[in-house]
This record gives sequence, structure tokens and C-alpha cells, in this order.
Amino acid sequence: MRLKLVPADTHIDFFRFAKATFGISILLVIISLALLPTRGLNFGIDFKGGSMITTETPAEVPVADYRAVLSGLELGDYSVTEIVDPAAALTGAAAHSMLIRIDQSDGDPAIQNDKIVAVKDALTAEIPEITFLSTESVGAKVSGELVKSGFLAIALAVAAILFYVWLRFEWQFALGAVAALVHDVVLTLGMFSLLQIQFNLSIIAAILTIVGYSLNDTVVIFDRVRENLIKYKSRPLREVLNQSINETLSRTLMTSATTLVALIALYVLGGEVIRGFTFAMIWGVIVGTYSTVFVASVILLRLGVKRDWSKPDPAAAGTQFAGGDS
Amino acid sequence: MLNFPSWKKGLIVLICLCGVIFAMPNLFFSRVEQANDARALVETGATLTDEQAAALDGWPAWAPSSLVNLGLDLRGGAHLLVEVDVEGVYAERVEGYWPEVRDALGAMRDTVGTVRRVEGAPGELRVRIGNAEAMPQALAAVEDLSRPVVSLTGAGARDFDVTADGDELVLTLSEAEQIATDDRTMQQSLEIIRRRVDEAGTREPTIQRQGADRILVQVPGIGSAEELLALIGQTAKLSFNPVVQRTSDPDTRPGIGNLLLPSVDEPGSYYVVEKRAVVTGEELVDAQPSFDQNGAPAVNFRFNPSGGRKFGQYTAQNIGSPFAIVLDEEVISAPVIQSHIPGGTGIITGQFTVEDSTRLAVLLRAGALPAEIQVLEQRTIGPELGKDSIEAGKLASIIAFVAVLIFMILAYGLFGVFANVALLLNVAMVFALLSTIGATLTLPGIAGIILTIGMAVDANVLVFERIREELKAGRGPARAIEQGYEKAFSAIIDANVTTLIAAVILFAVGSGPVRGFAVTLGFGIVTSVFTAIWVTRLMIATWFARRRPKTLTV
Repeated sequence: MRLKLVPADTHIDFFRFAKATFGISILLVIISLALLPTRGLNFGIDFKGGSMITTETPAEVPVADYRAVLSGLELGDYSVTEIVDPAAALTGAAAHSMLIRIDQSDGDPAIQNDKIVAVKDALTAEIPEITFLSTESVGAKVSGELVKSGFLAIALAVAAILFYVWLRFEWQFALGAVAALVHDVVLTLGMFSLLQIQFNLSIIAAILTIVGYSLNDTVVIFDRVRENLIKYKSRPLREVLNQSINETLSRTLMTSATTLVALIALYVLGGEVIRGFTFAMIWGVIVGTYSTVFVASVILLRLGVKRDWSKPDPAAAGTQFAGGDS
Repeated sequence: MLNFPSWKKGLIVLICLCGVIFAMPNLFFSRVEQANDARALVETGATLTDEQAAALDGWPAWAPSSLVNLGLDLRGGAHLLVEVDVEGVYAERVEGYWPEVRDALGAMRDTVGTVRRVEGAPGELRVRIGNAEAMPQALAAVEDLSRPVVSLTGAGARDFDVTADGDELVLTLSEAEQIATDDRTMQQSLEIIRRRVDEAGTREPTIQRQGADRILVQVPGIGSAEELLALIGQTAKLSFNPVVQRTSDPDTRPGIGNLLLPSVDEPGSYYVVEKRAVVTGEELVDAQPSFDQNGAPAVNFRFNPSGGRKFGQYTAQNIGSPFAIVLDEEVISAPVIQSHIPGGTGIITGQFTVEDSTRLAVLLRAGALPAEIQVLEQRTIGPELGKDSIEAGKLASIIAFVAVLIFMILAYGLFGVFANVALLLNVAMVFALLSTIGATLTLPGIAGIILTIGMAVDANVLVFERIREELKAGRGPARAIEQGYEKAFSAIIDANVTTLIAAVILFAVGSGPVRGFAVTLGFGIVTSVFTAIWVTRLMIATWFARRRPKTLTV
């Protein structure tokens, strides 16, 4: 007996509640967009500058003790948080880790090494058995460049993908695919704003991978839509779309499932350093799979597509790159 | 579609074999690493200890021995990005023209009138002449002093530009000369930083120029960057200057040709010293940490012959007057010259700890940086954290791998097994590629591999689902497999090209660890398409040719 995530033959009407699902998507996008300027993103030192020190002690040292030591130093804004490792119980790690973050003051282009030295000296004096696992420090000059290059990367990726899809399909497909991408990116940013998870360089990588993944998913379904449009010339678009999504449903869920399994393993066991990254990926895979059906396809349905491939369409001339390669 | 020509079969098998063989050393990482280290020692002609000889035998010489290059986040170490203030050098270069300009204009005193230097912006030399009407003659005379610059871009360019501003001549470096100066400054800075890092005795540091004015320093295996920062962050410009006056007033006007410098060992006191140094650190040939007659840490130094002669002469003529030892615009100490110091050796005393004197000796031996540097970024990962990250990454990979393998077998049976073999080969090929081209594996890179494990099966899933559909549509097994591959092809290509676009952009625009992720993701996509289209198909075709099943369940 084979493991099947969906029955062999499904006839689900994905557009039955199209208004509601699309409405929810729009609502979530609006909420996310509203969160960004109000609640903001919790930018890490990569984008804001500043320093981050990870400490480890064999015995538990309360956060208050750290604060007591650090408040005597002239650091400007700083924070101390405990690192909780969900895999600790599994791996048997008994050490206690703490993350100290010091903000960069007055847009100093260089790193503020004297603060790091002061923190390390003061903590070592108070807690002799302390070890410093990592120290990272980014000056305002580099963080400014990283913000620019990060957002440039996302914009470039979306543009390049839009171009590729437009080349391979028709413009309606490209628009649907890109709307789904923007939906995924905005919702991911909204999630990071809502939960105030640290937003650093690796999250940009995660978002770009989400872009790639979500598109992967969309393209597979669109590929089938293109094929079925040629096959069933007279069927209503809604039925063709539904049939295409149903036919590829098993594959969509299988791939999402294997990717999620791998990501969850990484989330639980991969350590603190890449937890934010894997969280973004998990969220992105779920949202990306959803948006393929409930955003990209819905937009395609609303926009409509030229059906008859044999007759030239004066209005859409020049957009038919796709006909020859299916 | 199911019939492979035998050359194609051979090629596919060969590529897979290469993948496995070149990935193999990574399974025995520490053994191969030690053997490689020992082999490198043999090449330098060193004799091996028993331990190293044993390490050498641990991995045969004929076997591939390229390993994945572990990033600093995995093996621990310090990463520093520094910026060299290249423009700071312009002021010094412009300063160098003053004697020549003064002499040239001085010779024309009859026409240009008095010649006086006035304060200018940094990087420019301003000279006021008494007779503003003679400006064209003055300009021509100064222009005559400029020399052609040899460069690729600025053919025919001169080394400085001179313009008139009222009754003042303004001399600045020309653009071509600025570019040439920047380049020289960067070369020198790289060399000095390399020497300093080498002096500190660290293992295989990476010191690279980045962009126009930046240097990336990566030193694996050290747990703290503070020492490294202290070592490379200091300009270490040493000079011995005559003392004009000692004062406690920080607003003292030093007068033209003099400098007001703070004292290091007596806070609150200042020295007015002559700008012209008697001798500078450039003429040092050696510096060693030592102790003075009172047992306090100090640095012994030795000048080259010309420096020694100048030093000897000056000390002979100025017995009884103080003279300042200046390091980076601060007076370390200002001893009174007790006697003539011949032989070109001396001792620098001051309020040093033993570490200070050791470091100062290293800095003086390596030489001064030509310009000030600023540290823009610093990341240090302790070796324990790196080890933890590797362990975590390994564990997560194994779990992800096993879960995906089981999942695929449950979902597709025998075909799932084929896909799993392809997946194993896929990961081997990613490692083989990483090792042979010497790419760096970072923690996000491991995440990229794990993500590839999840996504690599996608191409196979697409094909298998398609075969299922074709079977359902009533086609025979051979035809279904053939059609499955054929029809899934465009979806596989489109889906993977889009992800590849994201990976390429990440690589081009991203930095550091993000690039590591882009590399493994990109390789993973390419190898997964190869394994899905060729390797799995070859396995299925071979199996099908042997068994000739009448019915097929996927």
C-alpha cells in the first residue's frame, strides 16, 4: 500500500470560495504592510550596525546579573536575552547561553571595539568561568551597504523571474506568478514584524529562496494549465484551472511535505544560528504553496487568457512566446 | 526514451563515479586534513615527527584529497573587514612638494614677490605670493616641476595640478596620480598587514583586497579578534623628533614647522616638537622586546647604517636636551640625551606592559601602515561554536535525509528507492563540486544542502506523478514511463531555472555566508536536475529492460 497524501483522483473546486480566500490574502497583505511602518522589523546588527556577543556559562547566570554588570558601563542601548535551545534536551547540552546586543551609537561608520572589550572585561571579572562563543560587530557603513544590497537582491530576483515567466508563458501568467511572489514576501516580512524575530542577512537569503520555491510551485501548475488549455480548447477557464490544480495536487503536497520535513529537522536540530532562517523558510513554504493556488491561479482566472492558439490575436500580438515549447 | 546508447550510459555512470570519488575525502575529514598538512610539510623540505608521518600514511597519495573548505562560522576564527583611508596619504604627498615649490618660487622672488605658505584644506598646498600680477609666471614655474605619471588610464597626465585662487597658488594631486597613489597605498597596506599577521604566528590567514579601498582579513582558529585588531589596527608610525618645549596647556600654539602632541605616560602634559623628524621608523631594521635597566618592559631597536649615522650625529650634538619618541602622533616618552649614542641601536622606554612591548616590537619590525585604517566589520566565531554548528548541521542533515528517504519509499515503492539512490548521488556530487573548485562551506551552506535534499526529490516526484497519470489514462508501462519523462520535462526545467535565477542573484549580490548558501543551493539544483533526468531514468530503464513487467505500479 502506497502512502498517499491525497486520493488518486480529486475533483476539488478550488475557486468555490475564491472571494473569501482572496479576500483573506488581501487582508493579510494589508495587515503586513501596516505592521512594517508601525511595529517595524527587528533589524539585526547586519542591517543596523552594532555588536553581538554570545556567552556561555557552565551554571545558570540570571539575566539580571548580566544587566547589573553591564549597566555600570557606558554602552548606550543594549539588550540581554537568554538563548533557549529546543534541541538541548536531545543533544544533552548543559551549558547556558546568553546573547548581548549593543546598539551602534551615532551612525559610527567603524565598529565600536572599545565597547566589546569593556563588556568582556567586566563580565570576566564578575563571572570568571564565562566563555565567549562569538563576537560580531558591524559598523554603520557596512550595515548601510548590506541593507541596500539585500533589497536590491530581492528586487532583482523578482524582476528576473517576472521576465523569465513572461518569456515562457503569457503575460497573464507572469502577472499571476509575481502577485503570488509579492504576496509571499510581504507576508513573510509581516510575520517577522509581528513576532519581532531578528531580521538579518540570512533572512534575505531565506526570502529569496522562498521566492524561488513559491515560483517553482506556481510554474509547475501553470505548465499544466498551458498544456490543458491546448488540450481542451472549449472548456471554461475555471474548469481547466481546477483540473490542472487537481492533477498536480499530489505532486504539490509531496514536494512541500519532503521540503518541510527537511526544514523542520533543521529548525529543531540546526542550532540557534540558523533558526531564524529556517523559520522563514518553513513559513515561506506553507505560504508559497497556498499562494500558488489561491493567489496566482485566482488572478489568472480573473485576467483570463487567450484561448485559441491558432488564430492571431491583434490585441495580444507579440506576447505569444509560449506556443512552441510545450 | 528508455533506450540509452551505450556511450550515454557510460558517461552517466562515469559522472556519478567521479562524484562519489571526489566527495569521498570529506567522509574522512580529519584524517585527510592531517595527511594534507603533513604532505605540505614534506614539500617545504621539513622533517616529519612520527605523528605526522603516521598522518601522512593515513591517506594514500594517489587518492583525491581535496576537501570542502570550511567557512569561519564552522571552524571558528576571526573575520575583519578594514578600510584604508587612502585619501589621508594625499596630504603627505602634497607636503612633499613644498620644498621644491618654495625653491622654484624663491628663485623668482624679483617677479613674484614674497612667497609664503598658508593653511589649506587637507590634501592641498596653498602658497601666497606677494605680487598677484605675476601669477601666470608663478603657475608656469610650478607646473614645470610636475612629472608625468605612468598609468594605464592617464596617459600624458602629470602628477599634480596647480591652479590660481586670487593671489594664492593651489596645488593638488592630479586624478591619475591619486589613482596611482591609492593603488600603492593599498599594496603597501596589504603587505604590512600580511607581515603583522604572519609575525603573530597564526595559521593560514587570508588577506585579500576588496574593492577600491578595503582589505578582508580572515584568520581561522582564533577565539578572539581583540588581539588581531590591536595588531592590525594601529598605524605604528614611529619617529624621533627634537623637543622644543613641554607644556600642560592643550591650546598652546606650536608655531609653523612644529607640532603639539600629547604625552602617553603623563596624561595632561604636552610636547611641542619639530615636525621634521631626526629619524623615522622606516629606517629601523630590527626591534625586539626587552627590559630597561630598571627591569621595566621596553623595546630595543637597531637602525640601518644611514639612520644610525643620523641618530649618532644628532645625539652627539644635543647632549642634555630632551628628544621625543613619537608613535602615531603621541609622545611615548621624551628622554634627555645623556651621551652620544653611536652604533645605531637604542631602547624605547615608556609605560609598557610586557604585552605592549611585545606588540610594539612586532609592529615596528613589520613597518608602519601607509595610511590609517578603520575596522568596518568584525565577526569572530569561537572554535567550540563552530564545532557545535557542524554537529548540529550533521545531525539535521542525517535526520532530514532519513525522513525523506522513508517518505519516498512509502510513497513510490521501488521507484522511491531509485529516487533515493539518485538523492545520495546528488549530495555526493554537491560535495565533489564544492571540494574540487575549493568553494567554502558555511552554516547557511549546510542549510542549502538540506533544502536541496527536500527539493531535489521534486524533479523525481514530477516524473513519477506524471507516470501515474499516464498509467491511469490506460497506457502500457513502457509508454507511461516514456511519456512521464517527456511531459514532465518542461515543468522540471521551468521550475528549476527560476530557483537557479534566485541562487545566481544571491551569489552575485550577497556577501559572506549568504554566498555560501547560494553556492550549495545552485549546485544542488544543477545536480538534482541531472540526477532526475539521467540517473533515475537510467536506473528505471535498466530495471525495465531486465524485468519487462506487464503491469506497473508507481
